[in-house]
Amino acid sequence: MDIELLEIREQLARFAPFDGLSDAHLDSVAGRIEVGYFKAGSDILQLGDSIEDLHYIRSGAVEIFWRNGELYNRLSEGDIFGHYSLLRSRKVHFPAKALEDTLIYFIPGDVFRELCDQDEHFADFVEFGRTRLKAAVEEQHKSNDMMMTRVRKLVSRRPLMIEESASVQELAQRMNEENVSSALVLSMAEGDPRYQFSDPDGQSWTLKGIVTDQDLRNRVLAEGRSVSTRVSEIVSSRLISVQSDESVHEAMLSMLRNNVHHLPVLYRRRPMGVLHLSDIIRYETHSSLYLVSNIFHQPDALGLARLKPDVREAFVRMVEEGANSHMVGSALSTIGRSFTRRLLELAEEELGPPPVPYCFMALGSMARNEQSIVTDQDNALILDDRFDPAQHDEYFATLAKRVSDGLDACGYSYCKGDVMATNRQWRQPLAVWKDYFSEWIDQPRPEHLLHSSIFFDLDSVHGEEAFVEQLQDLVARKASQSPLFLAAMARNALGRTPPLGFFRTFVMEKDGKQNNTINIKRRGTAPMVDLIRAHALACGSRAQNSFERLDDIAKTQLLPAGTGDKIRYAFEFLSIVRIRHQAIDLQEDREPDNNIAPGNVSDSERHHLKDAFQLLSNAQKFLKFRYPMPSRR
Amino acid sequence: MPSLPLFKRSAPQWPDYLARRADEARDPRVAEFFATSQLAPETPIAEAPLVAMDMETTGLDERRHAILSIGLVPFSLSRIRLAERRYWLVRPPRPLVRQSVAFHRITDSEIEHAPDLDEILDELLAALAGRLVVVHYRHIERPFLDAAVKSRRDESLRFPVIDTMSLEARIHRQSLWARFRRWMGRPPVSIRLHNSRERYGLPPYQGHHALIDALATAELLQAQIAARHQPGTPIGQLWS
Repeated sequence: MDIELLEIREQLARFAPFDGLSDAHLDSVAGRIEVGYFKAGSDILQLGDSIEDLHYIRSGAVEIFWRNGELYNRLSEGDIFGHYSLLRSRKVHFPAKALEDTLIYFIPGDVFRELCDQDEHFADFVEFGRTRLKAAVEEQHKSNDMMMTRVRKLVSRRPLMIEESASVQELAQRMNEENVSSALVLSMAEGDPRYQFSDPDGQSWTLKGIVTDQDLRNRVLAEGRSVSTRVSEIVSSRLISVQSDESVHEAMLSMLRNNVHHLPVLYRRRPMGVLHLSDIIRYETHSSLYLVSNIFHQPDALGLARLKPDVREAFVRMVEEGANSHMVGSALSTIGRSFTRRLLELAEEELGPPPVPYCFMALGSMARNEQSIVTDQDNALILDDRFDPAQHDEYFATLAKRVSDGLDACGYSYCKGDVMATNRQWRQPLAVWKDYFSEWIDQPRPEHLLHSSIFFDLDSVHGEEAFVEQLQDLVARKASQSPLFLAAMARNALGRTPPLGFFRTFVMEKDGKQNNTINIKRRGTAPMVDLIRAHALACGSRAQNSFERLDDIAKTQLLPAGTGDKIRYAFEFLSIVRIRHQAIDLQEDREPDNNIAPGNVSDSERHHLKDAFQLLSNAQKFLKFRYPMPSRR
Repeated sequence: MPSLPLFKRSAPQWPDYLARRADEARDPRVAEFFATSQLAPETPIAEAPLVAMDMETTGLDERRHAILSIGLVPFSLSRIRLAERRYWLVRPPRPLVRQSVAFHRITDSEIEHAPDLDEILDELLAALAGRLVVVHYRHIERPFLDAAVKSRRDESLRFPVIDTMSLEARIHRQSLWARFRRWMGRPPVSIRLHNSRERYGLPPYQGHHALIDALATAELLQAQIAARHQPGTPIGQLWS
């Protein structure tokens, strides 16, 4: 690849979907782009024109319109447009206009199709028109993201390079100036062709090896060599390097296999940086997997509480890496369960084994695998039917208190409605629990429905899973057979309505009032969850997660065709907006909450939010109609 | 701010000159270049095939300094085609002057293996033929190329160019507005490539590489025409 195009390549690689491309693909794109300038206000794409290229905004801003001339989206540097039309008819579906003076990089259609054919992630990105935020792939779910992330993402600075003729003192001084622990040693002489490259000045070099702090200690100081020793005398002849587009995982294996802590990162044959073991560790420390294993290694509740910032780090990083709401929700629930389980293990170590078997049950968002970073704890204890309060309750009350206090210290605040195992009402044998649930379903009175949105999402965290399964079976069997209960649940799910619409700085309400913020949980995701739950109970689904419930609902005729997919999309969108705003709060050192100020919502988000709220509103109307109150005779 | 030329610019009579050179030239490649480069001055800029050219040289005086590298990017008013870019390093006949190294970062070792300009001249002429050349500051590219061809083929090689710096100067140096600014004691507006680009919202590029500067020049002309002229403006009004 020509050095002169490096700048274009690096610009492209900054943004999705190009950031995931291999170096070879990036080169091929950079070498074939075409460039065009558009003055502010001029048309870039007109409806019905034929379109031959993918458009990439190099600088400026562009407005995209609907067919009817309404504004659909605003894009800026690094955004792409035109892919939708390219993939379909090659006729422009969405006209585009330059909002500011704009420079466009055109990526020719054949290059675009090549990328779609050869790079799955690129194809996914353009097919589903996912936003930058959602540029993640489901595979991250299956495999850890170390497999996915390329080494170049972890390299933040150019390497220190020194000629082999320099003295070790000079080397030490340069390392000191640049505050680095290693330097790459270059030779002007011809050497191993695999390591020959030319620098931007056209000088041809051979990379001989790498010298680290440790080498200065072991090969200079320890052996009593003088400071004028040539670097060439202490550089080891064995050179282990990694290509910039290899995965972090590969790099780590290479370090382990070769027992080295520094890896020169090469782009083709040109050194781009040095990867140090600490870079990988720093990167991994923020991953949820590492966090989970870390939780189980904590010796006490205090150690667990210290991990609170790590949870937030992991959350922000998942969002930055474009995880979808399902991934973020599962990861946070897994983390929450791990805290709970570890607290239970620690409590059992302290209090001894339980006198009768128990199941510690998660309720609400943790049970649904939809936990967010702003959450309180909802839990309960199901005890074996041999439970005798006089003999055993002291043990379980203490156990519950240990867990509840521990969770609060880890950031899962106490439940305001007191739905916790510390509350005696929710620390009962299985038989009592079965009576509770039967009564709630048979007599759906308002006070019983109060808990429906919490107790009808239930899952085991620790102990006898069979206890929870029996309750889930009971709910799935009874609820679907009880029209009265379903109608009451449906009514209950309508208690919280979405706002009418979003405008620049305020939210319109149905009564004409204007609010300056909106609670996206109370007015968006929570009513959506309630609505999905009502349908799920009606079709006897045993799933707890909203997306899985939608899968079960889709197998029935409960919803009109296509509605399920729309609900899924709207729910995903509302969830991800909520998640992203919380991540922004954390990045800006604010305590995250569920409130969104319309002024902070981008134009495209505002548009989708309006759609999602409208859809929720329609789905609520349908719910009322679908589960009417049985007429009393 | 409209630009008002203060005096009628007397552009050289390029069509006559080019026709004459096509007849006179003895070197077949040079003759061919002139024969295919007869662009009518009334051609609208939007229809003219263009090529942006930039050179790195060892200095500013074509009599004492030499060409080191040449970058070309063919383009039109709507598209700059990077895939058709050309870039040559050439070996100057005289040893390099040290101080220029820092400027364009081309070193002795790099040009040691580079060809003499004579070896790539035919390719260069073929790449320029039939296109209107666009440069930023015509007093480097044109005289240097002319001198290099004179010394190697004993032929003079001059042709019309659009100079984006001079287009910028018409607006910022020669207009009433510019005179008013000077009268008010304001410093003149910079018409260097990077500063000119900034005024049109074009992104910064790392300069001093012949190919990237050629790309930057092509983008600048597209922006200048979009902002100050029409796609129908005849090239005769733009070239110098």
